Amino acid sequence: MRPEVALPVLLPLLSGALSLLFWRSLTTQRFIAVAGNIALLGVALWLLVSVSMDDYVVIQMGGWEAPIGITLIADMLSAVMIVLTGIIGLALAIYSLASTGPGHEKFGYYPLMHLLLAGVAGAFLTGDIFNLYVWFEVMLVASFALLILGGEKAQMEGAIKYVTLNLLASVIFLTAIGLTYGMVGTLNMADIAQRLAAAENQGMVEVLAVMFMIAFGIKAAAFPLFFWLPASYHTPPVAVSALFAGLLTKVGVYSLYRVFTLMFDQTLGYTQDLLLWGAALTMVTGVLGAAAQFEFRRILSFHIVSQIGYMILGLALFTPLAIAGGIFAVMHNIVVKTNLFLISGITRRLQGTYELKKMGGLYRERPWLAVAFFLSAFSLAGIPPLSGFFAKFVIVRAGIEAGAYVVTGVALAVGLMTLYSMVKIWNEVFWKALPEDNLVPVEQIVVGDDSRMVPASLWLMYLPVAVLALFALLIGLFAEPLMVAMNQIGDQLMNPQGYIEAVLGPEAGIEDALVESPDEEMTP
Amino acid sequence: MEPVMAVAIGLLYASAIFLMLRRSIVKLVIGLMLLSNAANLLIFTSAGMTRGAPPLIPEGLTAPLGPVADPLPQAVVLTAIVIAFGVLAFAVVLIRRAYEIVKADDLDKMKETDT
Repeated sequence: MRPEVALPVLLPLLSGALSLLFWRSLTTQRFIAVAGNIALLGVALWLLVSVSMDDYVVIQMGGWEAPIGITLIADMLSAVMIVLTGIIGLALAIYSLASTGPGHEKFGYYPLMHLLLAGVAGAFLTGDIFNLYVWFEVMLVASFALLILGGEKAQMEGAIKYVTLNLLASVIFLTAIGLTYGMVGTLNMADIAQRLAAAENQGMVEVLAVMFMIAFGIKAAAFPLFFWLPASYHTPPVAVSALFAGLLTKVGVYSLYRVFTLMFDQTLGYTQDLLLWGAALTMVTGVLGAAAQFEFRRILSFHIVSQIGYMILGLALFTPLAIAGGIFAVMHNIVVKTNLFLISGITRRLQGTYELKKMGGLYRERPWLAVAFFLSAFSLAGIPPLSGFFAKFVIVRAGIEAGAYVVTGVALAVGLMTLYSMVKIWNEVFWKALPEDNLVPVEQIVVGDDSRMVPASLWLMYLPVAVLALFALLIGLFAEPLMVAMNQIGDQLMNPQGYIEAVLGPEAGIEDALVESPDEEMTP
Repeated sequence: MEPVMAVAIGLLYASAIFLMLRRSIVKLVIGLMLLSNAANLLIFTSAGMTRGAPPLIPEGLTAPLGPVADPLPQAVVLTAIVIAFGVLAFAVVLIRRAYEIVKADDLDKMKETDT
């Protein structure tokens, strides 16, 4: 029995349930939010230690052996993602204490946040494809409610697009699951992997692969399926934006990695090309979209899309090094992108707006905030020695080794364009003087419902920003030990036999899969 | 039976997509509703429609006597129905609120957050 695999899912559910019990007492809910996320981070680190010792940590829920029961499995990739979930959860819990006003808190902000984290953790840990769908829905329902918290007009408009396209993705996902079950008669991903490899109708396997690609592509906001993201991510309260930006699209990316390295590693010729060009176009459209914007959070939203391209590029190149680079990009991006959104929340608190044209002078006023922004933004653009540089370096190197020169060139050019957008924010928000029409004393700006304007609470917003900016620096400075872990992820993903044996037992082989085909039992 | 189901499922998907492409948000939600029903029927059908006995094991035995229907797709469909129900309940409330705030049943009037 390895409880550390189940606890990252159970703890947020427990915290969520407890917060619901204390519905009337916001103080208790805030306390549970922080304590629950500290516990989540602790369990996540425990899981990481176990995985680094044993490679795979598996439990079969309810004691039913795979492939009958639901498997929870953590490999290095899952463990790293869970640790990141814990870090972001804790950062957001602390930040929310100051940034989310009681007007939002009392409508279930904290329970929903816990539920969202439970969904994210469940998606990272499950070894069952239908269970993955269920965790996706848990995550989605929580995100729907968080997105419209406050109920402003822009939120409603954004939410309709977000809800529609994400539900469409879910239905495509569900359809693909149904067809997969019809083909192989199992829902366990390791078992599916074996049986799909042995399936006669490989044309149908390709159809399934493309359906999964579209479903997860929408969730991950890849080109041309990303339109819901820039239409909605700048509308909710800023802590919610940051949580979404850090974790939600990355769950889609994680699922792409999991499904395409485990289940569909034999349809590569066709799907890798699609992923490769999808990745290139995702990078370009995202970064060009950002270049046209002059609103803090909209620029950042488009950059989420652009960065997703790098992660998918790592998968599309499909070498151990490229996958290591792709996961490095996911890790760096979760930290940095969340931090940029958190900083946009602080600047809004200070200057009352997200419009770059109306902001200014923060370098003089808040030099340390400027440093935190500098570290995060230039890390996103890939300036050495910050975290983004190594992600980009590894991916570009893998791209050149694989001979994909055009896409690699695109990746480099997009890095330059990212720098342009980040310098634009730097110039407008921090460097230039505050424009004449925004000379209202900071204390008098009414910032709407999502802030309580208590100056003493500002340090609660600075604390996570400072820690995450430090992470961006440390990931860059200590890239070597991290790269060792990333290479281990690359090896594990490229050799799915280890995963399959961890789930189904060491004697599992294709022969077994063929002998006990379920169709024979079912036909009357 | 399978061909009839296949046609019915195809029709459901087609009408769902058609409704989702309309401008009215009410039709959009009806489309979503049909879409999830279509997916559920598809799971049900593609898992194989058998006329077997219920998968119950008689007392004292460890395996059912004779062929039985596969219980798993039904469990999956049941879960999917419940999820779809919850999500649709949210979607219906959302379009009601959106209609109250935007004062239009028209997606073309909801373009302010687009870029």
